[in-house]
Amino acid sequence: MNRELRAAVFLPSGARARIAGWKQGVELRHYVVYAAAALIFLLFVVFLRDDGFLTSSNLINIGRQSAPIAVMAVGMSFALASSEIDLSVGSVAALSSLVAAEVVGGHGFVAGTVAALAVGASIGLVNGFITVKVRIPSFLVTLGMLGIVSGIARNMNNLQSLPIRNDAFREVFGSGSVGPVSSLLVWTAVVGLLGHLALHQLRWGRHVLSVGSDRSAAKALGINIDRVRISALVVSAAAASFAGVLLASRLAIGRHDLGENLLLTVIAAVVIGGTNLFGGRASVAGAVAGSVVMAMLNNGLILMGLRVSDQLIARGVIIILAVSLSMREQKES
Amino acid sequence: MNSEPAVTRSGQPGSVALEISGLCKSFRAVRALDGVGMTLRYGRVTALLGDNGAGKSTLVKCISGVYVPDAGTVRVNGVEHAVSSPEDARALGIETVHQTLAVIDPLDVVENLFLNREHTRGGRIGAWLGVLDKKRMRKESEEILSRLDIRIPSLRRPLDALSGGQRQAVAIGRAVAWGQQIVLLDEPAAALGVEQAARVLELIRSLRDSGVAVLLITHNMDRVTAVCDRAIVLRQGRKTAELDVGEVTKDDLVAYITGARTDESAQ
Repeated sequence: MNRELRAAVFLPSGARARIAGWKQGVELRHYVVYAAAALIFLLFVVFLRDDGFLTSSNLINIGRQSAPIAVMAVGMSFALASSEIDLSVGSVAALSSLVAAEVVGGHGFVAGTVAALAVGASIGLVNGFITVKVRIPSFLVTLGMLGIVSGIARNMNNLQSLPIRNDAFREVFGSGSVGPVSSLLVWTAVVGLLGHLALHQLRWGRHVLSVGSDRSAAKALGINIDRVRISALVVSAAAASFAGVLLASRLAIGRHDLGENLLLTVIAAVVIGGTNLFGGRASVAGAVAGSVVMAMLNNGLILMGLRVSDQLIARGVIIILAVSLSMREQKES
Repeated sequence: MNSEPAVTRSGQPGSVALEISGLCKSFRAVRALDGVGMTLRYGRVTALLGDNGAGKSTLVKCISGVYVPDAGTVRVNGVEHAVSSPEDARALGIETVHQTLAVIDPLDVVENLFLNREHTRGGRIGAWLGVLDKKRMRKESEEILSRLDIRIPSLRRPLDALSGGQRQAVAIGRAVAWGQQIVLLDEPAAALGVEQAARVLELIRSLRDSGVAVLLITHNMDRVTAVCDRAIVLRQGRKTAELDVGEVTKDDLVAYITGARTDESAQ
């Protein structure tokens, strides 16, 4: 018996009405990303079966690679939902991995994690303040910040990796597991769940969408739009720095380029997931699913045996195609 | 913030809600308002008439805190107040529904009704975090909409899935959800079709019947005679007439608006 029928038969009318109302709110674009994930998975299963796509080690690998993308994508969802964008996320992740490596070495894993997150959140705060108070579009502010933070990261250890020898730090985030599940995936789920709850169950989430949808209406209703915009950029940068912590923990190093090239992948993951690039609509669950799609694509391109340069080209084409498809879907809805 | 009444508690029908007098506002050399006085009463609908540039929207903006008047007083429930921001006006129970409506398209009906006045649950921690009490807001939304006889198919619909009249109804219903006693409506049916506009007029009547003091700005004389008790006419920043709508014809109203007639006693 399918779900609807079961609901109709067994549920009291109030609950039935609730399900009907809920179904009305769910639009097609919310499903596109899951369909895309399934389709790509099936395609790769068929065409890359001799290249080891469907081996358990490869699937675990895809899960691990999607973790930092997903964590950044959850944060980016809020930046985009508020009609801002954060182009500094990749460099923030890289700097955070170095900060974590540096501080974990001297002061233990809790201090290292807190320091990395604090650095990320502070960068977000600066991004937000300049965007709001100096009235410069966030894409320019965060583009500038991307350069500044990359430069700082490169100076920090003279382009060298900084090894992390703290077992607790490595176990808790990157290489440990809870039962059979990699701790990377557990943390990703935690971040995704927190983001989903913040978006749907907290006043803040509704205000982020309001500001992103119609800033002047939000202002007319007395919403503190400056605070909302700044907080969205802080959340984005803090999530990026947590992604940096995950990367550092998984690879047991801090390095100036960890996660640095993920920016476009992250934006693509968020937009494929149903978040509007221009604010007002967001889906955290979609962003996580979009991250899995992007990680699968990356993995497939490598298994196909493409050279790094060809991977770059293919990835660029795929991202433009995917985003334009999902944007068209959004305009129609 | 979360203990706002969902149900409007206003004074006796007919008692004075808002009284302004001697209101002046200039923009450089232009006297947009020149000593305008007006009284709004609970349970009554007052029309604010005048040609373009007569000062109607300046007057509304002075009352709703967007502009600060150069001179004059604003009394709410008999007490003089300085209204220097929209927040001040809202705290005094004055709500303005502009033509732009200020509704948020992707949010649903309940979310729009309670936007920035959300009920929270989970005690003080919940209030600090802003954990939404969706059940309570939904219940109160149903009460408000049924009291105002607003029919919307599903409260979970986002606003951009609603008709123009329904969007208007949500914007007006929000004033009631926030417990506001004085509602200023700027051309509420301007862009609507015939049936939708009639719905909005019905809504204004239920607003009036629930004891709210309503100021209706409009160019449409049919709407004035349909729902308004009193009419105030502005011309070149001055009040040129204050009329009992029951005692004049539409042609009279038009004559006052165009300046063919003036009522010197109104000054």
